[in-house]
Amino acid sequence: MTQEDSAALGRTPLYDSHVQAGGRMVPFAGWEMPVQYTGVLPEVRAVRESVGLFDVSHMGRVRVRGADAFAYLQFLTVNDVSRLPDAGGAAQYSLLCLEAGGIIDDIIVYRLAEDEFIVVLNASNREKDLAWMRGHAARYSHLIIEDETEQTALIAVQGPKAIEMVDALSDRDVTMLPRFGLDETVVGDVQTLAARTGYTGEDGVELFCRADRARALWHELVDKGAQPCGLGARDTLRLEAALPLYGHEMDEHTHPYEARLGWVVRTDKRDPFLGKAALKELKEAPRSKVLVGIEMEGRGIPREGYSVLAGDEVVGRVTSGTFSPMRGKGVALARVAAAQGAKGTTLDVEIRGQRHAARVVALPFYKNV
Amino acid sequence: MSNVPSEYRYTKSHEWVKIEGDTALIGITDHAQEELGDVVYVELPEVGRVLATDDVFGNVESVKAVSELYAPVAGEVVEVNESLNNNEATINEDPYGNGWMIKLRLKDVAEAEALLTADAYKAEIGE
Repeated sequence: MTQEDSAALGRTPLYDSHVQAGGRMVPFAGWEMPVQYTGVLPEVRAVRESVGLFDVSHMGRVRVRGADAFAYLQFLTVNDVSRLPDAGGAAQYSLLCLEAGGIIDDIIVYRLAEDEFIVVLNASNREKDLAWMRGHAARYSHLIIEDETEQTALIAVQGPKAIEMVDALSDRDVTMLPRFGLDETVVGDVQTLAARTGYTGEDGVELFCRADRARALWHELVDKGAQPCGLGARDTLRLEAALPLYGHEMDEHTHPYEARLGWVVRTDKRDPFLGKAALKELKEAPRSKVLVGIEMEGRGIPREGYSVLAGDEVVGRVTSGTFSPMRGKGVALARVAAAQGAKGTTLDVEIRGQRHAARVVALPFYKNV
Repeated sequence: MSNVPSEYRYTKSHEWVKIEGDTALIGITDHAQEELGDVVYVELPEVGRVLATDDVFGNVESVKAVSELYAPVAGEVVEVNESLNNNEATINEDPYGNGWMIKLRLKDVAEAEALLTADAYKAEIGE
């Protein structure tokens, strides 16, 4: 990384708060983000036992609105937007797929009203996704696509006590919000859109607010005892919850059925959508590769890219691996030959030239929501 | 500011060396453990292994990262701190004391003279 590259990195509205709190800033997907504050282990513990706070403002936020917004998103995404109530107030996990079925990005579609949505994108894919989205907009006359990433912030409040904490600060009954529900609410004195979503395997909300209100909201929550958490804890938490990460479990050369994401694809959706024909075929085709969970028998830690062996044969590769604080062991997601994917199968992971015994286990490794 | 005891010698790869007669005690520096974060796994060599200078003698892993450990000097491994195997946090808590990793019998006692002094190591890490 050169000086110029470093200067070009984006900073979220919470950058100063991170630095003041001792966050260790690292480049991530074009942004300077905290990888940790006190340490990955205490931050993971805070989220598993109490409340953790994540600045996820680096993720792309695109408002899609107009009379054609629904039809447009129905065509663009593989999940069925008609499953979200017309009046809004709910969100769904979805994918943007190529015609051939490869995954462009995994996203969340938030429906605010009949003709108004916010789509949240991975930071690393924002420019690519926006180009894709705008490239498919031409045939819709009543459609406005606005990238609001810079004007807004997104804060995730996660953990078994997250709802209780936000509810105490809120003018609405946040406890009544269903999973994947969303509602406008004032938290402290900050106007937010609260969605009961997250990426940690814990209950919690993600709060959208204006960029210039992000600091007030963040410090309100810190003052109530929420632990600021960095990207390190976030990655460990999502991996324990077996939530896939773009660029690791999936990419444009991977289709949803190889990434445990077949459930997202509504091939029975009546409307046509990008990738529909290919995905219908892939759904019925025999699987050659599957994404599975692996737990180490001994003390080694599997890492991304490590080979997975059955006997002397390489049968797959680790897509994400870490030490799991909840399991007290090395765990990984790995893409392996379908024949080796059954739960209980014993495999080896090659760690620095040495084989370490592992076992295919049920996913998620840990989840509390 | 991390701790850099003046009586130890150091490497650019953040190991420390404490010379005791013809043996050297080796571990990683306070700066290294801070950079690494909470240590969750450490892989150390067998007693009896003969190491050349700069040989990889093990690995230390945090939740997120793997770091190789390099032999600052040549010698034979005569002792390994087995207690670290279930108490990896000791490396974070007491890197220069109970967090020591291996003891070498030096091949050439004079070799330690070429290692960084505490002041040189402080300059190396910008402190």
